[in-house]
Amino acid sequence: MTDSSTSVRRLSDVKTTISESQYLLIVKGLKKNIDKIKPQFEEGGRFSKLQSVFDGFYTFLFTPNETGKTGVHIHDSNDSKRAMITVVIALLPCCLFGMWNIGLQHYMAIGSPDRDLFTLFFYGFFAVLPQIFTAYIVGLGIEFIVAQIRHEEIQEGFLVSGILIPMICPVDTPSWMLAIAVAFAVIFAKEVFGGTGYNFLNVALVTRAFLFFSYPSKMSGDHVFVKLGGQPGIDSFSGATPLGQLAAQTEPSAVVTNVVGDPLSYTDIFLGLYPGSWGETSCLCIFIGMAILLLSGVANWRIIISGLLGGFLMALVAHNWQSPLYPCTYLQPLEQLGLGGFLFAITFMATDPVTACRTRTGQYIYGALIGIIAILIRCYNTGYPEGAMLAVLLMNCFAPLIDYCVVNANIRKRMRRLTVRNI
Amino acid sequence: MSKVIKIKKGLDIPLTGRATDQKEKDTVTRRFGLIPDDFPGYKWKVSVKAGDSVKAGDPLLYAKEDESVRIVSPASGTVTDIHRGERRKIEYVEVEGTAGVGEVTLPANANREAVLTLLKECGLFAMMRQRPFDMVPFMPQTPRDIFVTAFDTAPLAASMLDFVDRHHLEKGLEILGILTDGKVYLSVPTGSGIESRAAEVYEFEGPHPAGNVGTQIAAIAPVDKGDVVWTLDALTAARIGRLFATGKLDFITAVALTGPEVEKPHMVETAIGACIESLVKGQLKNDGLHKRIISGNVLTGERIKDMNGFLRYPYRQITVIEEGDDADEFMGWASMNPRKYSVHHTFPTFLKGLGKGFHFDARVRGGHRAMIMSNEYDKVFPMDIYPEYLIKAIMAKDIDRMEKLGIYEVAPEDFALAEFVDTSKLELQKIVRDGLLYLRQETI
Repeated sequence: MTDSSTSVRRLSDVKTTISESQYLLIVKGLKKNIDKIKPQFEEGGRFSKLQSVFDGFYTFLFTPNETGKTGVHIHDSNDSKRAMITVVIALLPCCLFGMWNIGLQHYMAIGSPDRDLFTLFFYGFFAVLPQIFTAYIVGLGIEFIVAQIRHEEIQEGFLVSGILIPMICPVDTPSWMLAIAVAFAVIFAKEVFGGTGYNFLNVALVTRAFLFFSYPSKMSGDHVFVKLGGQPGIDSFSGATPLGQLAAQTEPSAVVTNVVGDPLSYTDIFLGLYPGSWGETSCLCIFIGMAILLLSGVANWRIIISGLLGGFLMALVAHNWQSPLYPCTYLQPLEQLGLGGFLFAITFMATDPVTACRTRTGQYIYGALIGIIAILIRCYNTGYPEGAMLAVLLMNCFAPLIDYCVVNANIRKRMRRLTVRNI
Repeated sequence: MSKVIKIKKGLDIPLTGRATDQKEKDTVTRRFGLIPDDFPGYKWKVSVKAGDSVKAGDPLLYAKEDESVRIVSPASGTVTDIHRGERRKIEYVEVEGTAGVGEVTLPANANREAVLTLLKECGLFAMMRQRPFDMVPFMPQTPRDIFVTAFDTAPLAASMLDFVDRHHLEKGLEILGILTDGKVYLSVPTGSGIESRAAEVYEFEGPHPAGNVGTQIAAIAPVDKGDVVWTLDALTAARIGRLFATGKLDFITAVALTGPEVEKPHMVETAIGACIESLVKGQLKNDGLHKRIISGNVLTGERIKDMNGFLRYPYRQITVIEEGDDADEFMGWASMNPRKYSVHHTFPTFLKGLGKGFHFDARVRGGHRAMIMSNEYDKVFPMDIYPEYLIKAIMAKDIDRMEKLGIYEVAPEDFALAEFVDTSKLELQKIVRDGLLYLRQETI
């Protein structure tokens, strides 16, 4: 009995060692070949101008086996690549759902919504593919060039920005506009300040703001959020987003409809079955992403919680003092949080560690103010149907000030200790 | 009754290879070396020549700034080498012989001056540290307080109290009391039941860095601008006690031979400055892996470049881990390997049952980046200081801000855990050390 079980175990051991060794052989072979061409990319080599690019791909494939020279002798396995990839994974549900939703909105608008899942998904997939490519090629291209000029490693911050940017833009944003906006954001919001880790504004939101203010007609209204693809919409079709509808509304009510004019239910809002910037409509998918970010500890829970609370409170206040002047105040607080880009901005934008507050107390204040200001702008400034983008950008600017005050409290405590004792 | 302080922030790194209680006596070591770099704060000059014969307790080096401050020989024998590096910097002084016990004449009157002179002359003064700056006490003023830590919570560190004679420790605390107008504080782990008449005893509970004297000072009585406190471990305090109780100068030290690459981790009783080769020979695993020998623990220890190196200050531990420089990890950022340790929940190791004992190697495991993630350091930094902001002030060489943010309270070792967990792989201990050197250079 014992004998047979040992032999079985041995057999399986042999199996795993073979497959492992085969795997190792492939990896080692690959590494050997890449190591062979490596000198050409180093200083004095034929392709030395591409050193940073080569390094970027090399470290992507093989974790550097650099060992510690000073300080601690062992390190935690987490690195910035891992952190960024976690955010990208958290974005995936929203991204995939968004693609499907683009297809759904399209086929609803042209009056034939009974298509299968794949038709809807691939319609959206091919609609946004050029945008995703544009964002990555322009953004990473600039990062590669800057890294080469500075002789630095390529940093992975744009991995996240590159997927975020298309997701927060209308599906019909022309690629050339996107390219200009991405270039502007990467150069003037990030690289001039020193690159990843030094920017004070969220790069993806700067891109969005640039588009919003430079090409207002293309970034809002009824025609950009649903891709018609040249086909005519049905009679009852309206491509306005729920918040866009409210901003243009004259009657004192908060009835928002989908593309074919049916009123939106809570379920529709929760699932995200309405037009909007394509990545940010589904609360369900955002909650999945939020769960990934919070469980992995990459996003800060203080910002998310206080942001949601701040937004909810402001929505409650607005709803309590409804006014026909500001139709958005007719929305129920939960509708406020569920519609538009609020939830997405709180989850993925406000929590960007580089541009958010770094002190714990500061994070509560920062999150709460983003929530409050986002709803405030949305309700009381009818020029801007959505306030989340502006709220996050505004608070990005104030984050250092909030931190400064919090840190100063610590400094004052230290000073007080000194004066108390000297007396 | 001693007071209990709970430390909540921190981390016990689950490194494998803890030493058993089994203690072996080192009878083979013949070479001992002392390294001036272990005693920052003074410029050291040699007082012997190669070929001189010395007795245990005889001076080998003296401080240029104060000639009574000395580093003494732990062994009786012959000075075989005064090794110099670039620009004739003394790297180590080597003595070949047998570890011994020094004999000194005690002063008739144990007043502050006499005690201090004796401690300086017999090398025990150099084993103390001062805050600010984390150096051998070099500032002339009388210390505000003296802090003695009686435990080490660093990865795989051995218990200190098991190797301390309680009577000598008490005597040592008494002597230390002469040196300060303030108090002597003794920090012990909870449940040790130690009481002292000469010192105020605090019990500490919690993960590493509860045993770091910096954590203890911050919890008991923080160092402010203008303060000077002295710090030492209970082993040194007991040595001081023995010196004043019996007139004998003791160099024996119990070293924990630890780490995943040690065949049978255990305790070795040897002397200060013992040659590493004789301590680890035949003790390492024969698995063909590249090895890194560290004198000290994995967080703050010194790497021993070749087997000829010596046991370094504070002479308590040797850790051997895999170097890992020959590993080829394919797409490591995507790994779900349960054997990769991380405090962050981006790896599966935070799940229950996977978190027991890890075989670490010396790889940095990522590229160096600017500070990106926030609150990482806070979680393992139990002082009322904003570590990120202090680090930024040090990098910016902004002395005013460093002072305001509490640079006088910290030592590099306080940042060791933060450096371990850092996603951006910044060399925090080096940054703090450089900052302290810069501060000293500019302000004193």
